[in-house]
Amino acid sequence: MSKPMYRVFRQKMIIITLLISFVPLTLLGYTIYYGFAKAYCQRVEQQMTARVTACSQSLDLFLEERKVILSAIAKSGSLSYYNDPSHLRELFETINNQTGGGLVDLGVIDSHGDHLAYVGPYSLEGFNYREQAWFNLVMAKGIYVSDVYMGFRQMPHFVIAVKAGDAAGDWILRATIDPEIFARIVTTAQTGKTGDAFIINSAGICQSPSRFNKKEILAPSGLDPSRFGSSTTVVKKNTVSGLRRVHVGKWINNGNWLLVVTQDPDENLPSFSDMKTEEITIFSLALFAIVVTTVVTTGMSVNKLQERDRELEELNAHLIQTDKMAALGKMAAGVAHEINNPLGIIATKAGWMRDLLEEEAFRNSDNFKEYDGALRKIEEHVERAGKVTHNMLGFARSMEPVMERVNINGVLKKTLEFLDHHAQINNIRINTGFDDAIPEIMSDRSQLQQVFLNIINNAVDAIEKQGTITVETAKNAETLVIDIKDTGKGIPDTVKKRIFDPFFTTKAAEKGTGLGLSITYRIIEKLGGTIRVKSRKGKGTCFTVVLPLTLSKKTIA
Amino acid sequence: MEIKVLVVDDEIDFLETIVKRLEKKGLHTVGVTSGEDALIKIKEKYYDVILLDIKMPGGMDGLDALKEIKSRQPLAEVILLTGHGTVESSVEGMRLGAFDYVLKPAKFEELCEKIAQAYMKKSDQDNKIRKANIQQLLRFPGRVFDQE
Repeated sequence: MSKPMYRVFRQKMIIITLLISFVPLTLLGYTIYYGFAKAYCQRVEQQMTARVTACSQSLDLFLEERKVILSAIAKSGSLSYYNDPSHLRELFETINNQTGGGLVDLGVIDSHGDHLAYVGPYSLEGFNYREQAWFNLVMAKGIYVSDVYMGFRQMPHFVIAVKAGDAAGDWILRATIDPEIFARIVTTAQTGKTGDAFIINSAGICQSPSRFNKKEILAPSGLDPSRFGSSTTVVKKNTVSGLRRVHVGKWINNGNWLLVVTQDPDENLPSFSDMKTEEITIFSLALFAIVVTTVVTTGMSVNKLQERDRELEELNAHLIQTDKMAALGKMAAGVAHEINNPLGIIATKAGWMRDLLEEEAFRNSDNFKEYDGALRKIEEHVERAGKVTHNMLGFARSMEPVMERVNINGVLKKTLEFLDHHAQINNIRINTGFDDAIPEIMSDRSQLQQVFLNIINNAVDAIEKQGTITVETAKNAETLVIDIKDTGKGIPDTVKKRIFDPFFTTKAAEKGTGLGLSITYRIIEKLGGTIRVKSRKGKGTCFTVVLPLTLSKKTIA
Repeated sequence: MEIKVLVVDDEIDFLETIVKRLEKKGLHTVGVTSGEDALIKIKEKYYDVILLDIKMPGGMDGLDALKEIKSRQPLAEVILLTGHGTVESSVEGMRLGAFDYVLKPAKFEELCEKIAQAYMKKSDQDNKIRKANIQQLLRFPGRVFDQE
């Protein structure tokens, strides 16, 4: 996987992990919030219903109380008595004192509709009510509570009128109810910022003032009373502005008026916009923690994956290299053997010809020198070809290492001795940094010598003239590490990939067969170790050979 | 005394030439191309040194031939001719009694040197055996002869 792909993979992982973290959390939060809101609304409705019930009972009691008092007075008194304004005033004050107020005025009207006596703030004596709807209704029903109307005083009000009769005939005792005291009782049912309580009649006309929307008395309420049943009814409506409203209504005054309590059920429900700074801070911190954790853990996972992929890639490369070596080894062995035999024959034939040249007849021949020169060339090239097949067979041979106790520092010193003269000629300094504490290990001395010789010989070739080769040994927990560094020209990346391939060489044809590092690789592998190379072009190369302190079963086998 | 050498190699060109060269060096040399032929030859005559190629086609390879030769002519010294691929077989051959092995393509000088060493060893062996036989022959009860 390339680097950009890891970046995309990392981003995808982060997004998916965040989604996995947030989506269920959000859904859970929403579900809890939804359940809470629903329960809260039900609670609000229950409270509104309770308030409507309580308030309707108070209002009915208020009206009933006054109806009873007026009926009792009307039945016990006479028209002649209450026609006297002083008696009427006395009665008016007694009622207000006994009931805590509530009457605005009190009047006596005869059967013709003439207002005979009046106690109150207006001057209504002499008015005739025969044409008024309420007058005819009270005369027919005996007792009547009117809707709110303007009347002669041109002020919204409603009356309770009671028909009585005596020797002088039928008459009506009529009281006007103080709309403020009545409205005050109604408003006890409203709560909160959005709560409202008002009364409407069967036509939907407001009988008491509404808190909102400028709905004065006698203004249309906008509600359809027919939606409210005989018992306490809950009606839910959305306003034009999209707000939810719950209306709870109960019929009062013998089903003539409807007490309506209305409220926004979400009024006190907490919302995100109501969150306080501390809550926002805590929420933000939690959010930050989740994001950071996700990014860090994802980063770690992807890094781990990247590392694992790299190891796998190295392992694959190693396996491929091993397979390649094995295949080439077999091929090299076959080829070398097949070439060796003809080479042997050529060498023997050339030898035979040289033997014959030694005879006098040939020695005196004019072309003796030509024959001799040609034979020398044949022998020289047979030897050269022999070296190639020798190396090929060295690469291919499956001879098991001969294990013995080996002092690595000693092997390196011995190897460096071989090359010392060559290095001096080329003005190459050899530095050593041997760890004297490294223990002897079980390995193959001569094969290790071949390995070090190959590497150091390459280092000398890489430096050419003037430079330094540094050979260091060190001990790790379970391995010995041998570093061979040179200050040569370095290995380009394209070459580095192939340096352990058989027959790969950058040297001139007569100088290298391309088998040295292949053999090195194969030997180190057989000895249970590893070899790696680091190189920077123009700076130098470092070969690191790692050998096990103890042999694995595989190596021993 | 002429050194008798038997060369066993399936490569006829190599065999012919090496026989000629050894003859020219003054050795009595005979060449055969298989292990079976070698066994026939050693029945006919006693050889001091036998050059034996390990890798030969056919029923009997070099090691099989070596076992047979050693069982029939224990004193004949055998030098194995081997390629790199059969070095392990050569080591096995030396365990079975071969004198040494020479890597192919062998240098003629090296080959001659090995033959000389093998012959010297064989001569030593022969001398020892000869002396032991003489001693056995001259041993009588109550008498001791000077061995020199």
